[in-house]
Amino acid sequence: MSNTISLQEAAIYQEHDAPHVEHQHHETFITKYVFSQDHKMIAKQFLITGMIWAVIGGLFSVLFRLQLGYPESTFPWLEDLLGHWAKGGKIQPEFYYALVTMHGTILVFFVLTAGLSGTFANFLIPLQIGARDMASPLLNMLSYWFFFLASIIMFSSLFVQTGPASGGWTIYPPLSALGDASSGSKIGMDLWLTSMAMFIVSSLLGGLNYISTILNLRTKGMSMTRMPLTIWALFFTAVLGVLSFPVLLSGAILLLFDRNLGTSFFLSDIVVNGKILPNEGGSAILFQHLFWFLGHPEVYIILLPAMGMSSEIISVNSRKPIFGYMAMVGSLFAIAILAFLVWAHHMFVTGLNPFLGSFFVLLTLLIAVPSAIKVFNWLTTLWRANIRFTPAMLFAIGFVSFFISGGLTGIFLGNSALDIHLHDTYFVVAHFHIVMGVASFFGMFAGVYHWFPKMYGRYLNNTLAFIHFWVTIIGAYLIFWPMHYEGLAGMPRRYYDFSGWESFKMFAGLNQFISVISMIVFAAQIIFIFNFIYSIFKGRRVTTTNPWGANTLEWTTPIRPGHGNWVGEIPEVHRGAYDYGKDGREFIPQTEPVGENESHH
Amino acid sequence: MDIVAMEQKKRIHPHKFTLWVGLASIVMMFAGFTSAYIVKRNQVNWVTFELPTMFWYSTVVIIASSITLWLAQKAFVVRQMPRYRSLIVATLVLGVLFIVMQIIGFTQLWANGITLQKNVSFSFLYVIVGLHGLHVIGGIIALLILFAKAFSKKTRSYNLVPVEVMSTYWHFVDFLWIYLLIFLLMIK
Repeated sequence: MSNTISLQEAAIYQEHDAPHVEHQHHETFITKYVFSQDHKMIAKQFLITGMIWAVIGGLFSVLFRLQLGYPESTFPWLEDLLGHWAKGGKIQPEFYYALVTMHGTILVFFVLTAGLSGTFANFLIPLQIGARDMASPLLNMLSYWFFFLASIIMFSSLFVQTGPASGGWTIYPPLSALGDASSGSKIGMDLWLTSMAMFIVSSLLGGLNYISTILNLRTKGMSMTRMPLTIWALFFTAVLGVLSFPVLLSGAILLLFDRNLGTSFFLSDIVVNGKILPNEGGSAILFQHLFWFLGHPEVYIILLPAMGMSSEIISVNSRKPIFGYMAMVGSLFAIAILAFLVWAHHMFVTGLNPFLGSFFVLLTLLIAVPSAIKVFNWLTTLWRANIRFTPAMLFAIGFVSFFISGGLTGIFLGNSALDIHLHDTYFVVAHFHIVMGVASFFGMFAGVYHWFPKMYGRYLNNTLAFIHFWVTIIGAYLIFWPMHYEGLAGMPRRYYDFSGWESFKMFAGLNQFISVISMIVFAAQIIFIFNFIYSIFKGRRVTTTNPWGANTLEWTTPIRPGHGNWVGEIPEVHRGAYDYGKDGREFIPQTEPVGENESHH
Repeated sequence: MDIVAMEQKKRIHPHKFTLWVGLASIVMMFAGFTSAYIVKRNQVNWVTFELPTMFWYSTVVIIASSITLWLAQKAFVVRQMPRYRSLIVATLVLGVLFIVMQIIGFTQLWANGITLQKNVSFSFLYVIVGLHGLHVIGGIIALLILFAKAFSKKTRSYNLVPVEVMSTYWHFVDFLWIYLLIFLLMIK
C-alpha cells in the first residue's frame, strides 16, 4: 500500500506544482472561450452570464415599479413590447406576479449566487491560495454548463403561453402545486423547478470544488490562518451551499411529484374553482420548512462573498491590516453555523408553536453578535487610515453602510412579536433588499472594480465608476428607505395596486417617487455595463503586476496570466495577507520571507 | 503553528476529498427527505406499510456487490488485472440486479395496494427508495466507465484514484441503502 500512496503523491505533485506552463499547449477558440477548463475563463463566463441576468431581473423590477408608481396610467408601448401581458398598455395582474417572482428568482439565484460566488470563487480561490487551477477543472466546467442549462430553461419559461412561475420566489404550495390555481402554476412552474434542479447541481459541483481546492491545493506556507479573508468567506459560502441546496432539491422533487404524479406531500383539503381535490394528508408548512432550511443559508451564501471581498478591499485601500483577522474568521464561522439554525424566523406567523418560536428569536438575534464584530472591525480598519478612494473602495464602504442600515432592521424582524405586525409588509422588502440585495451587489461591484485589472489586464474608467457609485448608493437609499415607513404603516408586499385601499392611498406619491428613482438607478447600471464592455477592449492598460499595492498572491502572476497562472514555480508564502503599513513599509507581499527584526502586528 | 509539519503529511487526493464533500451533500438531501418523513408521520392520516420481501434479497445483492468491488480494488493494487476485470464485471452485474430487484419490489408493493398516490406515507416510500435507486444507477454508469477503461486495449491505467473514488461511492450507496432500510423498518 505504501508504495502506491507515494506514487499518487508524485502524481499530484506533477499535476499541480510542476512548472509546465512555459510550453503552453495550443488552444482553439472552443477550448479557450467556450468549453474552457481554466478557472479564470469560467469565472468570466459566470460573471457575464450573471450580468445578463442582472439586466433582465433589474428590467423586470422597473416594469413592476411602473405599475406600482403609476397604477392609473397606461403605456401603449408596453403592449407593443409584451403583447397580451400588457393589454391596453397596462401590466396585467398575472404578469405582475410573474415579474415579481422572476425578479426574485433571477436576482437571488442567478445573479447573486451564481454571478457573485460563481465568479469570485472561481477567479480568486486558485489565484489567492497559489494553485494552478481548481481541484477538478472538469467538474468546474460542468458547474458552469449546468448553470447555463438552468439559465436556458428559466429564460425559456419567460416565453411560454401561460407565462413563467408566478407564485413568488418562495414558490409556496398549494399555489405553486396546482396548475388550476393560477396560470403561472402551469408549465412555467415545471420549468422553474427543472431549472432550479439544474441550478442546484451547478452550485453543488461548484461548491465541492471550492471546498476541496481550498483545503487541498494551497501553496507551500499558505496555512489556513494566512489565507485572505475572501477565501475564508468563499469557503464558508461553499460549505453552506453544499449542505443546504440538497434540502431545497428534496423539496423541489416532492413538489414535482405533487404537481405531476398526483401525490399529496404538500396538499390537503383543497377546493379550486368549486372543485374538491382528492389530495389528502399533505402539509404545506412542510414545504416551508424544507424551503427555508435552504432559504436562510441562501441569504448568507449571497452575503458572505461580499463580506470577504469588502474586507480585503477595505484593508488594501486603507493601507492598514484588517482589524482583528481571527475575529473576522470566527465571526464568519459563527454566521455560517447560525445560518442553519434560524430558518423558522421566516415562519413566525404560520402557526408555529410560540415556544419554539422564542428559540428561533434567540438564535436569530444571536446573529447580531458576529455581525456587529464584523462591522466594528471594518470601521476600525477604516479608522484613521490613509484611505485611497478607488471605485472598489467606495463600493466596499458602501457595502458596510448598507450592511449596517439593513442589519439593524433585521433586529426588528427577528422578534416574533414585532413580526406579527411587520411580516409581509414593505418593511420586510426594505430590509432584505438593503441587507442582502444592495449590500451584496455593492460587494460584487467592489470585486469587479478591484479585480478587473487582473481579469482583463485593463482598468475600468474611473469617472464612469464614480458616477455609477454615487447614483447607485444615493438611489438605493432613496428607493428602500421610504419603504420602511410604508411597511410600518402596514402596507403589504406583493399587492398589485394600492389605490383601492383607504389606508395606503396616501403613499401614492411616495410610490411614484420610488419608481422614478428605481428607473434612474437602473440607468446607472447601464453605465456600468458600458464601462465594463468598453474597458475589456479599450480600457487603460495595466502596466504593473501589482497596481493596487496588495499583498495577496494573485498580484504575483503575470499581468495576463495563462492557464496555470504562474510561469515557473508557484511562489511560497511566508506571512499573512494583511501586512500593510508595517515597519515603515507601505505593504509587504505574502511571498516575502519574514525579516529578522520584523515587528509583530 | 508549525506550517512545515503541516505540509509534510501530504493531504488526501483532491478528487477523493471532493467525493467526500459530495457524499455529505447527498446525505443532506436524504436528511431532508427523512426528516420530512418524520414530521409527516407525526401528523394525522399516516398509514403504515410493510416492505416487500424483495427488498431483503436486494439488500443481500448490494452488500455482495460491495464485497466484489472491494476485492476488485485489492486485485487492482497488486496489479492482478484479469481478476480485477472479472470482479468489476461481477459488481456491474450485481448492481444491475439490485436495480431490477428494486423495480420488482415496487411492483410487489403496487400489487399489495401500496400505490404512489394512495397515501403520503406510500409516496414517501416510493420517493426515498426511488431516489436511492437513481444514485445506484449513477454508480452503475460510473462503473461502466471504469469497465471500459479496464478493458481498453489502447491505454493501460494503473492510477488507483478512480478505482478508490468509485469504490467509496459504491460503498456509500450500499450503506445508504442499509440505513434507509432500517429507517423504513423502524419508523413506519
